[in-house]
Amino acid sequence: MRLLPLVLLLTLATATPVFAVQPDEVLSDQQLEARARDLSRELRCMVCQNQSIDDSDAPLARDLRILVRERLKAGDNDRQILDFLTARYGEFVLLKPRFSLQTALLWLLPAAVVLIGAFGLIVLVRRQRKTGETDVALTSAERARLGKLVNSPNE
Amino acid sequence: MIAELGHYALVLALGLALIQGIVPIVGARSRDPVLMGVAGTTALAQFAFVAIAFTALTLCYVISDFSVVNVFENSHSAMPLVYKITSVWGNHEGSMLLWVLILSLFGTLVAIFGANLPLTLKANVLGVQSWIAAAFYLFILVTSNPFLRLQNAPLEGRDLNPILQDIGLAIHPPLLYLGYVGLSITFSFAIAALIEGRIDAAWARWVRPWTLAAWICLTLGIAMGSYWAYYELGWGGWWFWDPVENASFMPWLAGTALLHSAVVMEKRNALKVWTILLAILAFSLSLIGTFLVRSGVLTSVHAFATDPTRGVFILAILTAFIGGGLALFAWRARMLKQGGLFAPISREGALIFNNLFLTSACATVFIGTLYPLALETLTGAKISVGAPFFNATFAPLFIPLLVVVPFGPLMAWKRGDLYGVAQRLLGALATAVIAIAVTFAIAGGGSLLAPFMIGLAFYVMVGAITDLAERTSLFRVPAALSLLRARGLARSVWGTALAHFGLGVTLLGIVFETQWGAERIEAMNPTQTVSIRGYDLTFDGIMQRGGPNYRELAAKFTVRSGGVVIGILEPSKRSFPSRDTSTTEAALMTRGLSQLYLSLGDPNPDGSIAVRLYHKPLVLLIWLGTVVMALGGALSLSDRRLRVGAPRPATPKTALQPAE
Repeated sequence: MRLLPLVLLLTLATATPVFAVQPDEVLSDQQLEARARDLSRELRCMVCQNQSIDDSDAPLARDLRILVRERLKAGDNDRQILDFLTARYGEFVLLKPRFSLQTALLWLLPAAVVLIGAFGLIVLVRRQRKTGETDVALTSAERARLGKLVNSPNE
Repeated sequence: MIAELGHYALVLALGLALIQGIVPIVGARSRDPVLMGVAGTTALAQFAFVAIAFTALTLCYVISDFSVVNVFENSHSAMPLVYKITSVWGNHEGSMLLWVLILSLFGTLVAIFGANLPLTLKANVLGVQSWIAAAFYLFILVTSNPFLRLQNAPLEGRDLNPILQDIGLAIHPPLLYLGYVGLSITFSFAIAALIEGRIDAAWARWVRPWTLAAWICLTLGIAMGSYWAYYELGWGGWWFWDPVENASFMPWLAGTALLHSAVVMEKRNALKVWTILLAILAFSLSLIGTFLVRSGVLTSVHAFATDPTRGVFILAILTAFIGGGLALFAWRARMLKQGGLFAPISREGALIFNNLFLTSACATVFIGTLYPLALETLTGAKISVGAPFFNATFAPLFIPLLVVVPFGPLMAWKRGDLYGVAQRLLGALATAVIAIAVTFAIAGGGSLLAPFMIGLAFYVMVGAITDLAERTSLFRVPAALSLLRARGLARSVWGTALAHFGLGVTLLGIVFETQWGAERIEAMNPTQTVSIRGYDLTFDGIMQRGGPNYRELAAKFTVRSGGVVIGILEPSKRSFPSRDTSTTEAALMTRGLSQLYLSLGDPNPDGSIAVRLYHKPLVLLIWLGTVVMALGGALSLSDRRLRVGAPRPATPKTALQPAE
């Protein structure tokens, strides 16, 4: 529960915190570099805990960043690069999992929760319209106490 | 001796908790005021003993008693005193002790300020609260005892993890725990209501201040954690959708929903069953958060399997309380008569809309956080769910919510006039359109999303003000009269407006930071200059410095704007010999609400050094907005209407002052 610092405590136990993208990695073509950064944010550093290769300072992340830039320079489109990396490292490398049988629930549940909730509410409203408002009756004990309170002006 | 005293006090607290968990509840069943009265005394005594235990551990840290394992592993004699004290909760065992300290504190507060509660309800609440306390005392004593001794006392400690050696550790965990644990009170109230089998609008009135207090702490705690991560981690991010962050965000979302549904329950006597369920869920999410962080299951399913003692224990606590709570709910909820009709177009309708989307957002975070774990356990397949997933799913759920936010307070109860409210929001809408147009023009085309979000932020902010303007008839009556009306407005009205306004402010900060931030990554030699957004930073040189328990390599940069020197930035890299680790200390310069952010990389053999420089426009709005939200909460908390039924002005307000 101690939020990030604790995560760091786990992740950075081995790596020292320098920072991620190094000056020598940056591409001279600004548009390609921007694409590289966007792609890097979608890719997981596999030896880290929940860090993208754009944020991670691990050597593996650096290798992946360079790899992404090499593919970009070779003229691959974003899709091809993601496919290439997924083929190499598995679905684990994608921070936004692709829709598949395995991830169907993951992608569909949020929408399902809203729809089910909305449906439930509609049913509730309709049922209420039929039955009308019901006031909660007092229990006999409460009625007795109420009577006592009403009858004794001092209280 | 001190450690043993602390250990003993904790055992006594456990004993008291067991008594408090049984006697008052028996008393409530048999309507025996003497048995019920036990709860008040034991709650106070419990707090006293936990406080003794906590003080004992703190003392061990202050005097650097390295014969205590916990102190040896997390402290160092050369550390500044403030870090010695914060180290107490900078580790697993100590942080659990802080957890139970706050838990018992809340129990005591209910005992003290709950004088106006019905006797049976108070007894049941304190009883249930004590079950939770007992479970966690046992957890600490059995699996995470901070008072264990070493056979041979070492001369020096292993030091606190350098990243935690920051003032953030002094504020962030206590605030967060106040929030988490504060929700336990709401949980206890819910369970007590289920035990009694009855609940009414008064119940919501008793519960709201506690929820509000917890919510304020949680809001500030999360914001503080975010800012801490922002300046300490050195890459300028402030939210990572990390499971540990999500663990604190989920209770916040559920708590926010609970705050709103409790209003409906109090005012319209509706949504009772739902509110009870939310109260159970909100604390359950806190417990799940504890499990996620404390069990090591996040690192990997396998790490959990190799040393499962703690994890299994928390899992057992989790199952007992969540499972038990939900089972009780399923069994007794039918007894709570559902009352109160609600029309879809009304204040309560808007609040229900809020609940639907907040709960769905919370469910989304929950699913995203746990899905990889569940999938790996069930099928062995490993997938990652990270920030891109949450951004893609969370935003579509939050945008409709933000659209409805200004409608809520303007709607009338029972039967709202959607068209009339929309008319009153024309000003907000117009501001939004202008903001979108201006942003679009300045940004020079590109994606429409960013201008739209800016418009949304302005709409939410102006919408919040509209509510106040409507209630004070601003511009329609003389200003003096408006002022008089403004002073006469209930504080909860101001609180609502402020909290909603803060939401808009935070959104504005988020959009600006993510859309229009600038970044430079360079290898720099001394005397070189790098420019970003009109600021020129000249690298003056590198120096070595010593700290109390570290050495640091600091670089000096002179910042100029238009040729005029406006300041010095000194980012550094600290190395801590005792742990053989280092940290990056970013240097920040605040200009208005924007910041320049500079962090250092490694020095190269040729004498140059890698630097990462950001300009973060309006970034401070992100946290400023949360502070405004918390202020709104505090204002609501001080509303005397929340205290109606209290014979004396006795509220948790004064006791929870740290929240402000």
